[in-house]
Amino acid sequence: MPRLEMTLQELKERALFVRRDIIALLARSQSGHSGGPLSSADFGTVLFFHEMNVNPGRLDDPSRDMWHFSIGHITPVIYSLMGERGYFPLVDLLQFRQFKGHLQGHPSKHDTPGIEVSSGSLGQGLSVASGMALGSRMDGIDRRVYCVMGDGEQQEGQVWEAAMFAAHYKLDNICGVIDYNRKQIDGDVQDVMGIAPLADKWRGFNWNVIEVDGHDVAALVQGFEIARATKGKPSLILAHTVMGKGVSFMEDDYKWHGVPPNREQADQALREMGTSLDAWTARLERCTKPEVAPGPGPGV
Amino acid sequence: MTGVTPAAPQAPASVPSLGKPEMKRTREGFGHGLLDLGQRRQDVVVLVGDLSGSTNVSFFAEKFPDRFIQVGVAEQNMMCVAAGLAAAGKIPFLATYGAFASCRSADQMRVTVAYTDLPVKIGGAHGGISVGPDGATHQAMEEIAIVRSIPNMKMIVPCDYWETRKATVAAADDPHPNYIRFGREPVPVVTGPETPFVIGKANLVRDGGDLAIIACGVMVYEALVAAQELEARGVRARVLNMHTIKPIDAEAVVRAARECGAIVTAEEHQVHGGLGGAVAEAVVQSHPVPMELVAVHDRFGRSGKQEELMAAFGIKAPDVVRAAERALARKRAR
Repeated sequence: MPRLEMTLQELKERALFVRRDIIALLARSQSGHSGGPLSSADFGTVLFFHEMNVNPGRLDDPSRDMWHFSIGHITPVIYSLMGERGYFPLVDLLQFRQFKGHLQGHPSKHDTPGIEVSSGSLGQGLSVASGMALGSRMDGIDRRVYCVMGDGEQQEGQVWEAAMFAAHYKLDNICGVIDYNRKQIDGDVQDVMGIAPLADKWRGFNWNVIEVDGHDVAALVQGFEIARATKGKPSLILAHTVMGKGVSFMEDDYKWHGVPPNREQADQALREMGTSLDAWTARLERCTKPEVAPGPGPGV
Repeated sequence: MTGVTPAAPQAPASVPSLGKPEMKRTREGFGHGLLDLGQRRQDVVVLVGDLSGSTNVSFFAEKFPDRFIQVGVAEQNMMCVAAGLAAAGKIPFLATYGAFASCRSADQMRVTVAYTDLPVKIGGAHGGISVGPDGATHQAMEEIAIVRSIPNMKMIVPCDYWETRKATVAAADDPHPNYIRFGREPVPVVTGPETPFVIGKANLVRDGGDLAIIACGVMVYEALVAAQELEARGVRARVLNMHTIKPIDAEAVVRAARECGAIVTAEEHQVHGGLGGAVAEAVVQSHPVPMELVAVHDRFGRSGKQEELMAAFGIKAPDVVRAAERALARKRAR
């Protein structure tokens, strides 16, 4: 079954796995972003393990939903979700950003099967998703298209060109998600370049805006359901999140936007999450098949 | 070279009437090419950024309204919407002025379209100084340099109405991104409906062994006029229509260098990074010969009539003749 529809408890557990993956792969690569991947882990898990109809075993499945991360820099969470969902073996995460691996610093269609369109330059993704949604509607394909954006990214003008376009064409098969963690690389979003009132801006562009606690799995499940039931306009999940969520010393600190933890910090983070760097790395190394990754087993 | 079969030596097509040529707009060739495609392929869709009339995609819009997408004045969005449509299985053609298609949405072309290698077809209208009265902002003269520097992109500069029409149709069959550059004003028709057109394969339009003139776009006509003048001076010039700048037909270029010993390139584009540069890259790496580049020399355009601008910017047939004489003098001095 392409759609898994996990229980809330299973989703919470899987989101924890994803967070552990993020830390373990960053500890190995010693390059990449920590903050956004951790703030996106909960809604990402709800998307990949409950909401979306995806088929890692048949990437060109014509009935599949399409997803696109406009914030290409949060590859640690994208790849963790893909690995946990069975797009490729979890062990591959340990080659993140390495020359011999297939996991580029930013998503690359031709390196990582399952990525629909490469991304990495902010502001472009919602336009891409709009094209996917419009093309699918032209062909009569009952498909939803999901597009994850950042809050700092809202400063890009093209986001608003796309917002106008999707509403003009009443693309109700689009669901945007904004990781509203209020931090960007240079500091607090409101200090760098204010974007408030963000929900009102999107409503003003004729979108259906659904504000949720981006770490409340039940609220996210419900939010995506409301989006799916909304006809005649595109929907936006405005996910209020905390940068670095789940790691005490990273939470709400913009300095963790674009840097990885060192090995000691990673081990500490993983101990806060009930495991250790060695134990979780060993779990990744054991997962050598592309499949919905099994649980870590007792003692991890 | 990617995907291009090396050519057998080819007979030149019939030489057009140079004295009083038929004049036709290349943008009309784009519009009619899209009409051809609309009938032939259901997966072709057309996007425009509020320029339906002046890019002639209005022909398609009238006939196939369900496959026509108005994007408004938002070229960056248009480039990426086209990418999304391609990812969903469509063959999208987008149309705007070349100045915007190549510069304003260059990042979108690079990252979303080319890096993903999606079959997005970019129609860049109003290319070159021949745009005329609109002036510098709308006279696109940097597209070749920009587009050919981006991996996976192909760059096509058809010479007339028929070639633009054929290039448009041919682009749809190529599973990679393409950029087609065409102009505003009527320009001489130098090919016909039967003239062959293959992306990446230059057309020999006049044979000769003393010197080769390699031209693209409207400069193919100017090159033919120049070749006629040179013949009167006892010089037999070969003229190659290099309609595809990338991938360049390196085989035809190197053959011209070997057999003619001197090359003039002619383009309605900035001298930096254009056709002349592409030809030089091929020549210097295999068979260096004297080369002269007829192009716009690092200047912005200005308002005026097509003919007076081309003369003022040094890209008319007499300029090609003078460049040929310089190249021949250098060849003799070797």
